[in-house]
Formats: sequence, C-alpha cells, structure tokens
Amino acid sequence: MSAVGTEQAAAWVQAFAERVAEQRDHLTELDSAIGDADHGTNLDRGMTAALAGLQATPPADAAALLKAVAMTMISKVGGTSGPLYGTFFLRMSTALGDGRPAEVAAAFRAGVDGVVARGKAEPGDKTMVDALLPAAEALTDAVGAGEPLDAALRSAAEAAARGRDAVTASVARKGRASYLGERSAGHVDPGAASAVLLVESAAALAGG
Amino acid sequence: MKKLINDPADVVADALRGMDAAHPELQVDHENRVVFRADAPVRGKVGIVSGGGAGHEPMHGGFVGLGMLDAACAGEVFTSPVPDQMVAATQGVDGGAGVLHVVKNYTGDVINFEMAAELVAAESGTEVVTVVTDDDVAVQDSTYTAGRRGVGVTVLLEKLAGAAAEEGRPLAEVAEVARRVNGQGRSMGMALTSCTVPAAGRPTFDLPEGEMEIGVGIHGEPGRRRVPLAPAREVAEMLVEPVLADLDLTGGDGVIAFVNGLGGTPLIELYVVYAEVRAVLEKAGVGVARSLVGSYMTSLDMAGCSVTLLRADEELLRLWDAPVRTPGLRWGV
Repeated sequence: MSAVGTEQAAAWVQAFAERVAEQRDHLTELDSAIGDADHGTNLDRGMTAALAGLQATPPADAAALLKAVAMTMISKVGGTSGPLYGTFFLRMSTALGDGRPAEVAAAFRAGVDGVVARGKAEPGDKTMVDALLPAAEALTDAVGAGEPLDAALRSAAEAAARGRDAVTASVARKGRASYLGERSAGHVDPGAASAVLLVESAAALAGG
Repeated sequence: MKKLINDPADVVADALRGMDAAHPELQVDHENRVVFRADAPVRGKVGIVSGGGAGHEPMHGGFVGLGMLDAACAGEVFTSPVPDQMVAATQGVDGGAGVLHVVKNYTGDVINFEMAAELVAAESGTEVVTVVTDDDVAVQDSTYTAGRRGVGVTVLLEKLAGAAAEEGRPLAEVAEVARRVNGQGRSMGMALTSCTVPAAGRPTFDLPEGEMEIGVGIHGEPGRRRVPLAPAREVAEMLVEPVLADLDLTGGDGVIAFVNGLGGTPLIELYVVYAEVRAVLEKAGVGVARSLVGSYMTSLDMAGCSVTLLRADEELLRLWDAPVRTPGLRWGV
C-alpha cells in the first residue's frame, strides 16, 4: 500500500467495524470494571450505523468517506466515544490530502490532536489518548525515516498496544474510570483498548 | 436479566412512547428523543434545556413542565445524548429570552453539549448559557481530573432555576441562580447492589451480601470503597459527614435536605435514612428548611441512596416553594 485512497479508507473503516463487533462484549466488560458498561455497545452501534451510511451514500473520495463516518459517530452515538471518535475521523478527513504516507501520518496526528483538544485528556490520564498518541508518533517517525506505509502502520499498531498496556497499572484521571480513584489501577482502559483496534485495523489492512 | 422490556435496543424509544401517552402536558419529539413542554416555546421566558443518558428516570424528562425544564434530551442508557438532539431542544424552547443548558459534569455530556452550543451559535442567534453541575464529594475536584460528578444537586437546580425562569427573569439571572445552587450544594451516594444495563444483560459489578459501596455515582459504576454493610444510622453518617466537611452549612437559613433513592430502594428505607440524616444534621448544628425524599435521580435498578444538602437562602426557599407541575415533581398548582 503506497497511499490511502477511497478503497483503502473504506477497507480500514470496514475492518475497524468488524473488530469492534467481534470485541464488543470484551470492550463492554472492560468498561463494566471501571466505567458504565457501554463502551462496546456504543462503539458497535456507531460503526454499524457508519457502514450503513457509507452503503446508502457512497462517498466520492477518502476524505469524504472519513467525514461521513465522523458525522455518523457525532450524530448517532453520544456518550464520550461518539464525539471523540467522530472528532478523530473529522480532523483526519480534513488533513488527508492525496493520502500519501506523509499526509496519512499528518492526518492521523491531526485526528489525535482533535481528540486531545475535545476531550482535554493528557498523556498518562489513562484514556484512548494513551494509545493514539504513541501510535501517531510512531507513524510519523517511521514515515519520516522513509519506511513504507505498511511497515509504518505496523509500528503504529505496536506503539498503540504498548501505550494501552503502559497505563493499565495507573490510576485514571479522566473519564468515568477516574471516579474510582485508586481502584481503577490494574484495569485495561476500554477507550485505549478500542483505539488499539482502530490502529490494528489499519495495520492489518497493510498486511500486518 | 429479568426486565419489563421488549428489546434491549428499544428501551429508550419505548419508554418515551409511554411517557408521551401518559402526559398530555408534554410533547415528545420521538425522532430527536426530546421531551418538550406542550406549550414550548414560552414567549419571553428563558428556556431551560437539560439532558443526559437514560436510566435516571424521572430525571430529566420527568422534570419537564411548568416551573422546571422546557425540554430534556434522552440519550441511550447511561450515554450522553448527541449534539443534534440538543440543538433541536434549544431551538424548540427559544422564546426569545435565551436558553440555559443544565449539564451534569460527565465528559460525554460536557463534550456533546459544548458541540451543540457551538452549532446553535453558528446556526442561529439564540443566546445559550451553560451551567455544569459538579456536586459529588466522593470525587476529588482537581484541574488534573474529570472533576466532581454532577448528581443530586442537578434535581434541585432544575427546580430552582426553573422557578426563576418562570418568574420571567433574564438569562443572566437564571444562570446566576443555577451557579449559586451548584456552588452551595454537595452530595454523596452509596449502593447496596449494582444495576443491570439492558444492553449489557447482567449487573455491572458484583456486590456480595453483607457489603456495600460508598461513593457511587449514578451510572452503576463502583464507588470509592467497599465496606461491610452497616445500619442506616451509620450509613447516614458516612454520607453526611463528607458533605459537611466540604461545605459549611451551619447558620444562615438552613438547608434543603434531599435523600434520593437510586431506583431499587423502597421509600420506607429512604425515610429510615432520612430520619438518621436529620439526626446527624441536628448534632452538627445544621438546620433543615425544606426536605425532599424519594427516587428522583436513579441508576436503573440500583439499590442505594444519595444525600444532597443545599445551603438555602431566602430567595432559594421562595423559588423552591414556587409552583411546579412536572411528571416527577409537582406542588403548588
């Protein structure tokens, strides 16, 4: 894969929706431990609606596709995951350009910055940002070092998983899990877990 | 899971149909899942919009009506509504005097209402002021965290700000009443059982016989700590003392004392708790001006309660006594 066009973007969204559907109960279970038991259900509901929307109105290009997914997430899901994933896809869509590797990395970074701005979470707060930010950095570094997009996406997925695992032991400072204080330590953050699925779906697409 | 439902996916829509059928004084926009006063928008009156995840009934839809909310948006169970709903609600209640958004401090609610306010500002000239409630002393307030949760004070605020709006006062004054109520009120909750989110199908957490959770919120999430079950007398102390430690409530015009059931606790037990709360307050030298006892802000079928204390003043007591006619709260009419 040398660039992200409509076909690749569609396959990525499709793959993410499938992973979310398959991990739905697992995500909700993670959320039961330190949240309010709806992360898997909500994300699955949103991605199912997003796929249906894409089928009903096929978008013209990759940017339009990501924007359509964003609007569905923002207007159908609610909660925290809806607007945050929506913001991610929306910011990404506006920065995607021609979908060349450097643009993909910049667009991914723009998406993550949008999530940070909207959700006001910082690294180490134990949220989806802890998976997304390392992924964005790995992607930018790898692309900057001249690695092909496939390999760069695999590095990003590995960084996301490491980021998720790195905060499992810590105390949540943002989101519903923060209300548990010390008791949130030792639990995998559901938002970080679903964010890993997002990046892994891109890496799998690239053949990783 | 044993619940009186059809399909777990349809719980919110089905309940709104029932509400619509039961209360002709309300009108329900089923597409946007917004409950409106039937006479909305009331010309010249500040509109008050709230909303949040479902599962807390009667809050918020049950507080729509004369002297309280003009509209309430319902999300999925325990999930914030989306900006589109809030925009529809805001536009539907704008009687020319602006709109107050009452938002409980949860990341999802705050983000979605924020996006809605931005959309309203971009699309129309409606003035929107947002007041966020964050009264739960179980959660530490800090700029590095999500901050305290909005719980019981929200019910009192919707009543008091609603009365101020009904008096025809301008948006800035209604918002000032709302902020004052939030600043002068604190809450603390506890649970005897977890609750079952319909889509999840089983209790959110296990709570064995003989144990209880102290410092719970209203979304079935576990609390701050788990302790052995204790008599209501001791539970009342565990709930009232952190509130008193956070806010000086002695002197003045007394407090509005609110014992709230979380959905699975019978009224008889809430009165047992209320009697003990009064005893603790008396010992602490805190006078009670008004009381509210019942299940007004629930967490589905969770058994347990919360205590909210609001420092009252002459104006707040007058607003409290003003007429209110909603499915959930009704007096003076």
